[in-house]
Amino acid sequence: MTHSLAIETQDLGRAYKIREAKKKEAKTLVALRDVSLQVPRGELFGLLGPNGAGKTTLIKILTTLLAPTAGWARVAGFDVARAPNQVRPRINMVSGGESSGYGLLTVRENLWMFAQFYGIPTKPANARIDELLATLKMSDRANTKSSDLSTGLRQKTNIARGFLTDPQVLFLDEPTLGLDVGASRDVRAFVRGWINADRARTLLLTTHYMVEADELCDHVAIINQGRVLACDAPANLKQRLQREAIFHLEVSPLKDSVLPMLQALPGVCQVTHHPADDRAALDFILADESVLGAVINTLTQADIRLLRLDKRAPTLEDVFVNLVGRSIEEVERADPSPA
Amino acid sequence: MFNLRAEIENREWVPWRSFRIATWLGWQIESNWTDPFLFAVYSIVKPLASALILVVMYGVITNGDFTSPLFPYIYLGNAFYMYVGAVMTGVSWSVIDDREHYKTLKYIYTAPVDYMAYLIGRGVARVLTGSFSVLITIGCGVAFLRVPIHVAAIDVPLFGVTLVIGILLLALLGVLLAGLTLVLAHHAGYLGESVAGALYLFSGAIFPLDILPAWLQPIGFLMPITYWLELLRRALIGSVAEAFPTLAGFSNAHLLLILLALTLVFGVVSVLVFRLCDQRARALGLIDQVTNH
Ligand SMILES: Nc1ncnc2c1ncn2[C@@H]1O[C@H](COP(=O)(O)OP(=O)(O)OP(=O)(O)O)[C@@H](O)[C@H]1O
Ligand SMILES: [Mg+2]
Repeated sequence: MTHSLAIETQDLGRAYKIREAKKKEAKTLVALRDVSLQVPRGELFGLLGPNGAGKTTLIKILTTLLAPTAGWARVAGFDVARAPNQVRPRINMVSGGESSGYGLLTVRENLWMFAQFYGIPTKPANARIDELLATLKMSDRANTKSSDLSTGLRQKTNIARGFLTDPQVLFLDEPTLGLDVGASRDVRAFVRGWINADRARTLLLTTHYMVEADELCDHVAIINQGRVLACDAPANLKQRLQREAIFHLEVSPLKDSVLPMLQALPGVCQVTHHPADDRAALDFILADESVLGAVINTLTQADIRLLRLDKRAPTLEDVFVNLVGRSIEEVERADPSPA
Repeated sequence: MFNLRAEIENREWVPWRSFRIATWLGWQIESNWTDPFLFAVYSIVKPLASALILVVMYGVITNGDFTSPLFPYIYLGNAFYMYVGAVMTGVSWSVIDDREHYKTLKYIYTAPVDYMAYLIGRGVARVLTGSFSVLITIGCGVAFLRVPIHVAAIDVPLFGVTLVIGILLLALLGVLLAGLTLVLAHHAGYLGESVAGALYLFSGAIFPLDILPAWLQPIGFLMPITYWLELLRRALIGSVAEAFPTLAGFSNAHLLLILLALTLVFGVVSVLVFRLCDQRARALGLIDQVTNH
């Protein structure tokens, strides 16, 4: 069967009942609300949102781990709630930021075993394992026990496990979480290459790294508090911000008191502050370019030196800020929820 | 390039495939004796120590009467009961092991795997290591405590058939516990061991059922493990085992039939309970819940 839509959801929702200690009635937490998405085959689709947005919940529903409490979802043409056994051979999933696997087995044995679960005979499985380990630059570790691997390499092994079965639809939940810069780049390149190599493949990944979504994805859904706020190609999403002026400033370190002053300036839509050791970065969304003068005045009066000033093209970060009113980091800081 | 997707078109019956690979995995885990000391502790010292406790207690209570038929009754019952810990508890423990320790449960669960067959495979893999402990315990009993087993007198066919049915039975009971373990994510840590401990008293393992208060005896008579242990004892020490009045009225064939029937009943119940719990766990989002045991 061929379907033009690899993933389709309609009014999908998920509520959790949470029983609090000492309280009798259970509270309901809505993790996902009215999610209607359509992901065509051949697409690399990104779900972008802060901690607790509902990304993992959506992936769990789509991979048959969790039943939805409202709406429906189809993956590879099959309903995830009614026909999980049809969905499972056609998909695979990887969660980043965790080290899973049988430590007492070698990397190859771990991968071979999962290939067996999918019914792949040993010979093609081994060929595929060699190929994947080579691409992930860990061929020399094939016969190392998983328990002897670094966390990063265990995570890469897990990524290899996901790609091993060449699924029709692959789900990656924060695949680069916890990987170093180089490894993340390798993984992103690999992900893009995998999609490009065969347009029958579909990949859905979640991330809260803006750059990852921007660089990698054909379409991005921005999700916050269980709702999809926007869904489009990254370029189109950014297009919405054409009118605003976006500036990136690097300045000498700031005192905390300066930030509210900047925020209070008329015409400053948004300031985000990224402190570093010997300098600080400030990102501004301004209603108009002319507001910049007032910003620089305020900084000079506070004895802050301007080290660098760029006018930036809008990024997905700006799109998020514009939709939610706060930056992803701020949302996460204000509402810390367990991953 | 080979076409992987075409290869995945299932060429093997999924439950069998799941069972086979799970057995392989279980065996890899069980036979991971990289530390011979640990292996010795778990497979030799621990079972012998618990047998020894039993022997000492028996000695104290009976003033050292090791010639009574009660002694081999208790000794063998305890020895074979180790299979319960190995297989039944092993099956349900696999859920926790995969979910919390290896963090692979969600990947196995979302693979085209028959999870029940997988669990049975994991349990069956423990039969070999379990047998090792059972053999050592019985060997020591024969060598040092005059447990009256005579190799020539063993009813081998009865023993073999009973053992196989019993392992199947224990695996199925394990499936039932595994289902509950999926649902009781937060409290399931010791479920397998607790149930194994409770059944120890109700299965005629270390004392005949007549010793139980009358109102508790029916539990023992409903437990298939009761008949399984009785048959194993009869296969090994024949007449000595038949000396006990509890099941004396039944012939071996009778007991075997009862065992088979109860295995069937418990098997069906286990499968149904497992299916329900599985659905429930999916509805509650407990499949990949990590509870930090
Ligand atoms: N099993 C559960 N029981 C109760 N609440 C849950 C459960 N799983 C998730 N939640 C809640 O649902 C909401 C969405 O969680 P989810 O894990 O889907 O977010 P996420 O977007 O993946 O976040 P993160 O970036 O932290 O991984 C959160 O508020 C979370 O606390
Ligand atoms: Mg998540």
